[in-house]
Amino acid sequence: MTQTSAAAPAWTTRRATGCPFDPPPARSGLLGREPISRVTLWNGGTAWLVARHADQVALLRDERVSADNRRPSYPSLSAASEATRAHNRAFITMDEPEHNEQRRKFTGDFTIKRMEALRPRIQEIIDELLDAMEESGPPADLVTSFALPLPSLVICELLGVPYEDHAFFQRASAYLVDTRSTVEDALTASTELVEYLGDLVERKVSAPGDDLLSRLATGYLATGLSTREECANEARLLLVAGHETTANMIALGTCALLQHPEQLAAVRDGDPRLVAGAVEELLRYLTITHMGRRRVALADIEIGGTTIRAGDAVICAGDLANRDPEVFEDPDELRVDRQARRHLAFGSGPHQCLGQNLARVELQLAYPALLRRFPGLRLDRPLTEIPFRTDMAVYGVHELPVTW
Amino acid sequence: MRVSVETDKCCGAGQCVLVAPEVFDQRDEDGVVIVLDEAPPAEVHASVTEAAQLCPAAAIALS
Ligand code: HEM
Ligand code: SF4
Repeated sequence: MTQTSAAAPAWTTRRATGCPFDPPPARSGLLGREPISRVTLWNGGTAWLVARHADQVALLRDERVSADNRRPSYPSLSAASEATRAHNRAFITMDEPEHNEQRRKFTGDFTIKRMEALRPRIQEIIDELLDAMEESGPPADLVTSFALPLPSLVICELLGVPYEDHAFFQRASAYLVDTRSTVEDALTASTELVEYLGDLVERKVSAPGDDLLSRLATGYLATGLSTREECANEARLLLVAGHETTANMIALGTCALLQHPEQLAAVRDGDPRLVAGAVEELLRYLTITHMGRRRVALADIEIGGTTIRAGDAVICAGDLANRDPEVFEDPDELRVDRQARRHLAFGSGPHQCLGQNLARVELQLAYPALLRRFPGLRLDRPLTEIPFRTDMAVYGVHELPVTW
Repeated sequence: MRVSVETDKCCGAGQCVLVAPEVFDQRDEDGVVIVLDEAPPAEVHASVTEAAQLCPAAAIALS
């Protein structure tokens, strides 16, 4: 079972007032002071909090570190995420060799070549959304008019999920990523989503289309290589991961650029090469996956002079790694022309984001298109009144009122 | 410089292809890395070194 310790400070995602883009002050001092420290979790358990970039990369690549959330000391995010972990039994919580066997069912669908081929279609979706936004505004909520529908439409087309059902699955995923959800609400949302996707994959066995879930249906479900439950859990992972994350990068990234007008102008007027670099920098600077990568040590592991014992819970705080001065000069500055490729916003090790090259293409097209369409884009409310997603598994903004 | 890859470890993240497309590609069916040039010329050594460093699975070895 998890150990408790009165001395360890509580894990928190609370940021300082007026600094919505910087890691919580409770953590940001650790890099220089205490690169490996203890934190207390919501359930009274404790975990090692790993701050440095180099230590995190070493741990996340280490086969003696497990991502399996069924282990008793696994540092789960919340009561809700612990309750729904059976549906989480997809490759994101599996260890080698099972993890890569399952992940490889999908890696062919996310190659650089395939993602590059999606560019024209993604640009088309962007242009349509911006047309609609221009017609109905100003003002507008950037989240509902652009940031959320863009990745939702894209992942729906790729998976073969009917976009008409977006109200249902967006609401269900919102419960899943909210650490304040009741166990009951999270379980209902998770079960509904898995039932819905299970039915969908089953229907695709007899009526396949040209999409990822149809390939899963015909290649794995119909052949008996995977069960309905496995397919549904995998589809749930792809659907939730595919829109929550990118949506928040679009909205939070825009919000950050609006606070840094020179950087914004560089992105708006930049060539594709500069924009690609700017996307890496925004991923680094914002680290929307602010809950850290959660793991359990399977053996005693010595790291930075500290021994993590077998069975100990570990949190690799990506937001701190991405502000590590050993890797990034003046790490607290947003500089869109820097070399930020070593950021850990997509994690590291074998679980590094499967959809990262889809996210890259979406973001590389979304920011300049938005900024070029609305050169006068600005917040329609003071920054201090923007609702930030402090308690969500993925950081960002709940809404972003803008005008132009 | 000699480039070798452990395809078993590769998780198809494509970082190597992004950084050094002259030297790395991915198999269409499962995204696993392919080495296009095992002895790449000097002008791409820097990007190949970066690819090996970025590879999340530490699947690229240089000698
Ligand atoms: C900006 C957008 C995104 C960010 C910041 C992001 C971040 C991450 C991170 C940090 C992980 C590692 C989890 C861990 O190590 O525990 C991850 C894994 C994953 N992501 Fe993303 N992601 C993004 C977009 C996407 C998209 C568009 C998809 C599309 C399907 C996706 C699918 C996945 C999947 C399936 C995994 C699990 C991979 C595995 O365990 O092997 N992500 N993502
Ligand atoms: S970067 Fe590494 S894991 Fe990713 S495709 Fe290349 S070799 Fe494979």
